[in-house]
Amino acid sequence: MKSPRTFPAFIFVPVIFLGCAFLVGCSGGGSKTAPAQIIASSGNNVASISVSGGLDGFYADAAFVSVTVCVPGTSTCQTIDNVLVDTGSSGLRIMSSALTSLPLPQQTSGGNPVVECFPFVSGYTWGPVETADVEIAGEKASSTPIQVLSDGSTPPSGCSGFGASQNTTLDANGIVGVGLFTQDCGDYCTVVQTGPGDPNLYYECSSPTVCDPIAESLTQQVPNPVSLFSTDNNGVIIELPSVSAAGEPTVSGSLVFGIGTQSNNALGGATIYTADDAGNFTTTYNGTAYPDSFIDSGSNGYYFLNTSLTGIAECTDESDFYCPGSTVNISATDQGQNGSSSAISFSIENADTLFNSNDDAYSDLGGVSGNAAPYYFDLGLPFFFGRNLYTGLQSATYANGYWAY
Amino acid sequence: MRLGFITSKIGIAAAVLLILGALPAWASLGGDRASVDADQVHLHGTRTTKAVESYTVHEIQAASGVVVREYVSAEGKVFAIGWNGPWMPDLRQLLGGYFEQYVQAAKAQNAARPGRRPLMIEQPGLVVEVGGHPRAFTGRSYVPEMLPAGVRAEEIR
Repeated sequence: MKSPRTFPAFIFVPVIFLGCAFLVGCSGGGSKTAPAQIIASSGNNVASISVSGGLDGFYADAAFVSVTVCVPGTSTCQTIDNVLVDTGSSGLRIMSSALTSLPLPQQTSGGNPVVECFPFVSGYTWGPVETADVEIAGEKASSTPIQVLSDGSTPPSGCSGFGASQNTTLDANGIVGVGLFTQDCGDYCTVVQTGPGDPNLYYECSSPTVCDPIAESLTQQVPNPVSLFSTDNNGVIIELPSVSAAGEPTVSGSLVFGIGTQSNNALGGATIYTADDAGNFTTTYNGTAYPDSFIDSGSNGYYFLNTSLTGIAECTDESDFYCPGSTVNISATDQGQNGSSSAISFSIENADTLFNSNDDAYSDLGGVSGNAAPYYFDLGLPFFFGRNLYTGLQSATYANGYWAY
Repeated sequence: MRLGFITSKIGIAAAVLLILGALPAWASLGGDRASVDADQVHLHGTRTTKAVESYTVHEIQAASGVVVREYVSAEGKVFAIGWNGPWMPDLRQLLGGYFEQYVQAAKAQNAARPGRRPLMIEQPGLVVEVGGHPRAFTGRSYVPEMLPAGVRAEEIR
């Protein structure tokens, strides 16, 4: 599974829905019809996405791209494949094991290396902040801070207290956060936090075992690399085709940079749903609104509510997944902070059955998001199948960014 | 709703105290109520104490927006922890002696099924749930055997 894969040329046949001859009339409103999906297949702003098993072949519903990192201002570069596309975070993080002798400059503070501890739900990533020219498709972010995941220094307790280290369990060569926010941390990290309830994310390490928290300016922080592109820098579109209910071995699609900046990335008939300052919006199900919901390509399924709220049985062996006796259809409503809303629907299939097929792409994989409030919907990668899903970077117009579809 | 503090379903609120200013930090899961005070550090935040019929909830809001709730039984034991906020709290401090068990369980779950999703750890002596995403984390933990009689697990949040 580690050998580079080649993908067939994209061939997409536009499907015309009779009720959608005019795109304007086709978005939102709960209509079952949708504009024909057109997946961009060429352009300097288009990178190929592969939904595949990842490094070890067992990853389900994960979107991977190749990213090229270079010593700034030089042609000394390395292309890293199997980098997970994550709209739920911001910033490029690369496994040090995937970087073979690429001498990237180390960011320093007071002469000491700057090392970051970034918390995810699954655990934290730890490693130095280095500077690289980041190239994806024909786009380039010059002199960009990135995190290199490495255990060359020992995370301080304020970091390891986040949970499990992800440095050896990423199951990918890296993760590229192309989410709503310009920096991975933002204003919070521009001062050193001193309260025990206030974690620090950036440190300077005077030795491999002595790391102290530092204030990290916005320009020094690990940014969403898209924000540093010279053009096409206001967001991304993930364009993946539909996936059959039974699952498919692999799926190919596109990661398109920019929204409304080129002929291949127009917003078209998509509706904008703005996020709140935490990066959430509201999904309503069965008459109850869940305002901590979100869309996240880095989540590898539909994760929502629990058995008592959905009536869907958990799997007996892996209780975080749903294992209904027969396919369950879910209808809900997404609503942005801006008030725009639309009906969504998806299906949940028995996860044990799906996993037994050994496919890598499932349109109907789901699980529990929590057994206590705040309950929420995490609309993961399956939600991206069969639609072009826009993630708009925060801006003067959209303070916390937006999703559009 | 997200930062709300709703215990109306639990029973009659016997007392509600709001304390402002510098206050003690957190006790650890399984520890004594006394450790809430003994674990003295400089928390810049607000603590709300709410007593219901069979337990007391100490809610501590840090300047970062991270909110931690400690559930203390009538016997003075911390039987559950809940949190939410833009970043993760220090789970080593909150889970105390249960922290390593949590880390090992999280690693085992990832090894069994690669993927990024809410963490649902359910073991005989420990439940931990972590969800959300960077800038919006949520989670809780409790020791099932320590739940006071009549307390439902979903009350812990």
